[in-house]
Amino acid sequence: MGKRVGMEVSIAAAEAVKQANVDVISAYPITPQTHIVEHLSEIVANGELDAEFFCVESEHSAMSICIGSEATGARSFTCTSAQGLALMAEMTYIASGLRLPILMIVANRTLSAPLSIWNDHSDTMMIRDCGWIQFFVENGQEVYDHVFISYRVGEDRSVLFPTIINMDGFILSHVIEPIELIDQEKVDKFLPPYQPLYRLHPDQPVTMGAFALPAIFAETKKAQEVALRASLPKILEVWKEFGDLTGRYYHPVETYKAEDAETLLVTMGSIGETASVAVDRMREEGRSVGLVKIRLWRPFPFEALKQATLHAKNLVVIDRAVSVGGPGGPVASEVKAAIYGEPLRPTVYNFIAGISGRDVAPFDFIKMVDKAEIEIEEGKKDGYELYGVRE
Amino acid sequence: MTKPESEWTWKELPVGNVILEPGNASSYRTGDWKSFKPVLNKELCIHCGLCYIFCPDMAYNLDEEGYFIADLFYCKGCGICATECPTRAITMVVEEEK
Repeated sequence: MGKRVGMEVSIAAAEAVKQANVDVISAYPITPQTHIVEHLSEIVANGELDAEFFCVESEHSAMSICIGSEATGARSFTCTSAQGLALMAEMTYIASGLRLPILMIVANRTLSAPLSIWNDHSDTMMIRDCGWIQFFVENGQEVYDHVFISYRVGEDRSVLFPTIINMDGFILSHVIEPIELIDQEKVDKFLPPYQPLYRLHPDQPVTMGAFALPAIFAETKKAQEVALRASLPKILEVWKEFGDLTGRYYHPVETYKAEDAETLLVTMGSIGETASVAVDRMREEGRSVGLVKIRLWRPFPFEALKQATLHAKNLVVIDRAVSVGGPGGPVASEVKAAIYGEPLRPTVYNFIAGISGRDVAPFDFIKMVDKAEIEIEEGKKDGYELYGVRE
Repeated sequence: MTKPESEWTWKELPVGNVILEPGNASSYRTGDWKSFKPVLNKELCIHCGLCYIFCPDMAYNLDEEGYFIADLFYCKGCGICATECPTRAITMVVEEEK
């Protein structure tokens, strides 16, 4: 067992990037991601990590540099939030189209307007379809661990995709948590140096990012779509190996007291820990409530989600982003789509909660479950509400 | 290019659609995009080479007699050569169907 130390989650993330022995860090500071890059900048300046640190003029350039450096075979890292991610959005599609296994941590923050620096998932949902592997982590340990897991999965020859680790801004990024650090020797064994399949090198010139006419574009997208879906078994395999190494086993969908529950809360990100407290309280009252937490957002874990939810009567899906004018929050939409083909399926009630960092306490989950259970019982099939909004 | 792009299946594409054969753009026929082709009047040509310099596709080559001639395999028919030619030796004419 490694050393367990109290540290800010952003610092733990930066330490993991150092231990992953990255070659290039390219980032632009933005709240609440700042502490990660600040600490990495110190690490590189102090000579603790032999890497190039690029202080770029924008997030668009941050990702562009990562694309270029990764294309030469250099392990590359960036991180951002909200407006920064919006400015970077164009390049995220290029990184995945070129199949470059960059790692990006997104310290999730609300997209303006109105201007807000606080946490929700509206930033990352904007690039939901960018073709990256996407994790949502629940605590600091998961952030730290997934830095190694992401590079290991993404750089595998059978995968070759960039990865986003979504961590809730402030709620995780600025909180001090106990983190179990992994010995460097173990990390080096788990994460060998990156061996690119193709790279930009004068000895063997290749073209990356060429133009595709309509006659071939659909074939390129199909290849990308099939490959991202096919990365799931590799993710499971690497999670298993990581669990054997550290004792921490991860799954695409985590469950808590869910097996026999009539009503299931469905969450993504750090809010799952609060929801588990609410589940305990409701269980004490004898209520049949459990929790399902989605960790892997892309590729979407259809089978694991069905396995965890189909036995239930009600699903209370908590979203942290609004699809304005759309069918509800993005998580609820996808959960509904995933279970649509099943003859016997639970009824989904969707709450948008905790947008722009508004607190969601255990009693809020209990109120949401109360409302959903009553209205579904009365026959409501399309429950959807922005929770806690003053009338 | 080993075969036309319309014959590739998705399974055959290299990861990330990397092009592994350097310079394979030279085998790509851009000439079939054009509807007008440049025709040179050799009596007016002063061999200045402006058509060669301005051609955005580098379709012009010097022939053995010292004239710059557009390679119609590449020429997209943009007409820049005809516009730039100081003696109006190049005219764009409609390319008939073969």
